[in-house]
Amino acid sequence: MMMSLGVVDREFHVFRGLPDADGEHIGEVKSFTVPVQPGWVVLDALLYLQAHNAPDLAIRWNCKAAKCGSCAAEINGLPSLMCKTRLDHMPLDKPVLVRPMRTFPLIKDLVTDVSWNYEVNKRITPFTPYNDDQSTWRYFQEDADRVQEFRKCIECFLCQNSCHVIRHHRKFNHFAGPRFLVRLASLEMHPLDVADRIPFTKEEAGIGLCNITKCCTERCPEGIRITDNAIIPLKERVVDRYYDPITMLLHKIGIK
Amino acid sequence: MMSVHYETKTYDVLVIGAGGAGLRAAIEASAQGVSVALVTKSLLGKAHTVMAEGGMAAALSYVDADDCWQAHYKDTIRGGKYLSNFRMAELHAKEAPERVKELEKWGAVFDRTPDGRILQRPFGGHTYRRLAHVGDRTGLELIRTLQDKGIHCGIDVHMECTMTHLLKDGDQVAGAFGYWRESGRFILINAKSVILCTGGIGKAYKVTSNSWEYTADGQAMAMKIGAELIDMEFLQFHPTGMVCPPSVKGILVTEAVRGEGGKLANALGERFMKNYDPERMELSTRDIVAKAIYTEVKEGRGSPNGGVFLDISHRGADYIKRKLPSMYHQFLELGDVDITKGPMEVGPTMHYTMGGVRVHPETQEVLNVTGLYAAGEVSGGLHGGNRLGGNSLSDLIVFGQRAGQHAAEFAKQQTILPKINDEEVKGYAEELVAPFERDSKAETPYQIQADLQELMNNKVGIVREEQGLKEAIEELQVLKARAKVARVDGSRAYNPGWHLSHDIHNMILVGEVVARAALQRTESRGGHTRLDHLQPDNEHWRFVNSTIRLNESGELDVSTYEKPQMDEALRDLFEKSDELAITQSKQKI
Ligand SMILES: Cc1cc2nc3c(=O)[nH]c(=O)nc-3n(C[C@H](O)[C@H](O)[C@H](O)COP(=O)(O)OP(=O)(O)OC[C@H]3O[C@@H](n4cnc5c(N)ncnc54)[C@H](O)[C@@H]3O)c2cc1C
Ligand code: SF4
Ligand code: SF4
Ligand code: FES
Repeated sequence: MMMSLGVVDREFHVFRGLPDADGEHIGEVKSFTVPVQPGWVVLDALLYLQAHNAPDLAIRWNCKAAKCGSCAAEINGLPSLMCKTRLDHMPLDKPVLVRPMRTFPLIKDLVTDVSWNYEVNKRITPFTPYNDDQSTWRYFQEDADRVQEFRKCIECFLCQNSCHVIRHHRKFNHFAGPRFLVRLASLEMHPLDVADRIPFTKEEAGIGLCNITKCCTERCPEGIRITDNAIIPLKERVVDRYYDPITMLLHKIGIK
Repeated sequence: MMSVHYETKTYDVLVIGAGGAGLRAAIEASAQGVSVALVTKSLLGKAHTVMAEGGMAAALSYVDADDCWQAHYKDTIRGGKYLSNFRMAELHAKEAPERVKELEKWGAVFDRTPDGRILQRPFGGHTYRRLAHVGDRTGLELIRTLQDKGIHCGIDVHMECTMTHLLKDGDQVAGAFGYWRESGRFILINAKSVILCTGGIGKAYKVTSNSWEYTADGQAMAMKIGAELIDMEFLQFHPTGMVCPPSVKGILVTEAVRGEGGKLANALGERFMKNYDPERMELSTRDIVAKAIYTEVKEGRGSPNGGVFLDISHRGADYIKRKLPSMYHQFLELGDVDITKGPMEVGPTMHYTMGGVRVHPETQEVLNVTGLYAAGEVSGGLHGGNRLGGNSLSDLIVFGQRAGQHAAEFAKQQTILPKINDEEVKGYAEELVAPFERDSKAETPYQIQADLQELMNNKVGIVREEQGLKEAIEELQVLKARAKVARVDGSRAYNPGWHLSHDIHNMILVGEVVARAALQRTESRGGHTRLDHLQPDNEHWRFVNSTIRLNESGELDVSTYEKPQMDEALRDLFEKSDELAITQSKQKI
């Protein structure tokens, strides 16, 4: 894609607002004109607004290099990172609409309360190696590859925001969301790990609620194949454990 | 007048900052059985550390069997131009391998050697292949590993909570005061010991690889209660930042690109590093490569957008996508360049603060302030005049662990909590809300920051001279005065303009520290280049570190101290010719 040359005035529609007592997003979309430079991302335009038009505009960002996962928002309706969304890749004749992530309670303007995610993570059994003698640990790049794909996650929570189970059905108490199914997969498939998180995956993480729509995968800025590589294999493990007669029997008499 | 009410929490140990250093310190302190608060002005897992790419240096000797701590020590000392604290460099080299292995125990998944161990890659200034890494996202692996360990250690994590003032009871630290970003409400944390892990100062510069958080808070807070800052003239300008398009200027291009075989060329297609460091070429130390690029551009051999070319495409698309995936995407998505097909354009970017708070080399306790500790980029000493790539991540875990241990031990010895002076705290609160009361026609702090960044880049940047530094110091006074009357709009709830209205003071203060330290050192060495003193001046400066403190009347006192001699046993590691070789090599500029 070619970069547009020179500065172009473009219109931005930016949500501004505060929550009500339940965290509902109360506010309105305000319009601004920003002189956009070649190569700018959405975050550049919002930082311009802070400096020139709206000094108290709330944005959450850290790295501006698509590495920290702080700047998730909904841009023209699509959950995206503001620092990774190029303006010259978007239609010139339409305003750019920026709204906060719908799924989470609002804090202010484009910033939402994502603390629920941190609570879910705490409930996951951490890494548990098969022995303490590290000098014996060996595993190969092929084994690492699978887990490393999951460990690329920058915790932007865009997948959580996109998943209808949470977004529309509000199953915060019954479903861990794609991000934490990815985390569960990264532990379950870790070559040295021996903890058993399959009951958790089924019961508390509620993997059965996922009906493989792949919306999460589509929005992952790290290109993690959440559904195919993390969720489906985990679902298979759950099925094997709970619905396969032979495994069920073995498990009952104490052989994993 | 707005409410200056504040809530109070009490802990044995308060850790400010949740990057690699802060997380490691908190984990250690809580392992010692004390109560720990970990405070971060971002969300957990988002600290600057998350951006680190290339790797962490430790003489694990998995790839090159000849590597050993002594070799790592020598490389660090040479890289630091003999200005590193010798004891810190020794502890760092000795303890880094254990600390890296510990990460694997806590679940980190490093790239593997063919025999299934932690893979190590070559990096500038390291004699052996030494950097444990995960593709080009090592910092993410480090922070996530520590985060997932930390949340099961009983640490209280307070996110999006900014500390603005350190508090004292007599000579001893008593805690810290600040606000919750979400609500703007004030919070005081009363603690027996405090560990500062707040990182660097890059946001005082226009072209930088640093994150939003790097506003020099820790350096400024520590100075205000009596700490010294050392070696602040030494800033690392990373040789390779993106240069085009302008909005991404400064974003880092990891040294791993050169570690994996990337070649630098000027507009004439010449591999110019042969003129600056023919032996090590692209893998020379950062100070030398950055100045080489600066010189090429200045002498008219730069690329169209004012950088030089860095090419890795000869390694083939598959290899590049596997070993440098983030770089591949970064250039494709932000710069419209496919690095598997052709070269990228790169130029120097402000990257790392070598200097920092002066600490005890073994305990990390801050000189002059009992009970205050500092670790990570906010502290000074380990890196001297120039940091080797990969030595920061290892610094974080080695000295984070040490700081955590000693701060906890100190806290355990205290029978009562230090006292808080309520009047003093109310004064800080009033100072913080004052900008809301100011003239609504006054300027906001954003323009002041932009002007500061421009000034620091131009006059206290990669090259300096007396005239420019003196002008910078004067202009900084003007910025200081402007910052005192800057206005804030809106309410205290999640208000970045308000946050900046305080941070800007920190950046200006520490910017002046850098300028004054740079003015004092009348020579060129490592990350400090004086156009009016191009050569190293060994007679006066070789073993001398600079130090700056705030005096009673709020002015900066600049001076120097002679570093302690290297232990005999360590000195024997160096060849006779070593010091001469270093001090005589003409630094071309
Ligand atoms: C792009 C990039 C790549 C890098 N690559 C490498 C590499 O490959 N190898 C290497 O060794 N080094 C690398 N570095 C350097 C290294 O990443 C940093 O030096 C290191 O991560 C600093 O860690 P830290 O723990 O000191 O602080 P940080 O990780 O910066 O954490 C600072 C913490 O302090 C908090 N904080 C700051 N001020 C306040 C306040 N006032 N109140 C409350 N909290 C506060 C922040 O929120 C944050 O949690 C790289 C740096 C960059 C920018
Ligand atoms: S695939 Fe599953 S987890 Fe992903 S968005 Fe669809 S329902 Fe949610
Ligand atoms: S899996 Fe992808 S979309 Fe989900 S939080 Fe991680 S990086 Fe973001
Ligand atoms: S600011 Fe870090 S991902 Fe966008």
